Amino acid sequence: MKIIVGGEKKEVKDGITVWELIEQEKVETPEYVSVSINEEFEKSQNLKTRKLEEGDVVEFLYFMGGGQ
Amino acid sequence: MKIKLFEEDYEKIIAFAKRELPNEACGLIAGTEIFKDGKLIERDIRRVYFLTNEDHSPEHFSMDPQEQLKAVKDMRAGGLKMLGNWHSHPETPSRPSQEDIRLSFDINATYMILSLQDKDSPVLKAFHTDKKNDCYSAEDLEIIR
Repeated sequence: MKIIVGGEKKEVKDGITVWELIEQEKVETPEYVSVSINEEFEKSQNLKTRKLEEGDVVEFLYFMGGGQ
Repeated sequence: MKIKLFEEDYEKIIAFAKRELPNEACGLIAGTEIFKDGKLIERDIRRVYFLTNEDHSPEHFSMDPQEQLKAVKDMRAGGLKMLGNWHSHPETPSRPSQEDIRLSFDINATYMILSLQDKDSPVLKAFHTDKKNDCYSAEDLEIIR
């Protein structure tokens, strides 16, 4: 099936989970990445079970923070 | 690597960060990249984003993911690339703190830090961080006037 990841069209297996996509995309330090699916942020505890569907738009956003 | 920032954006960063005092201010930078012989040699900042510091703290900052997403979409629509981020240090020098390095998850990003230690003479510098080796290096920031 086709989905959009970070603005790019990707062909992935049917029923791929968000976590499988994270591994496939080799996202570094995934524990510090927020995942948005169709502009809704998915809870981190759901990433391993949430299945993606044809046409989903996925964004990986790194936590950005720090301190002086 | 050289980082180019328009003076107008430089002034906006300072004004925004001063308005957010005593808290840290933060945002994103987007633009274009120049490569020579396959090596990245220059980043030109074309757009600066001003985000909410969700920590509302003088010593920490965390960006709002919803605002990050909105900014990323705007960058993409404008044909720009996310180059990194910026934040202010209200009371300390312009250099990455241990926490800044520990939380610099994007290894390719440029991290700009504005020091407001001397409110009348702000200092903005750009850095590349190396989280694995717990260190950083300064990048060559040029303000385009």
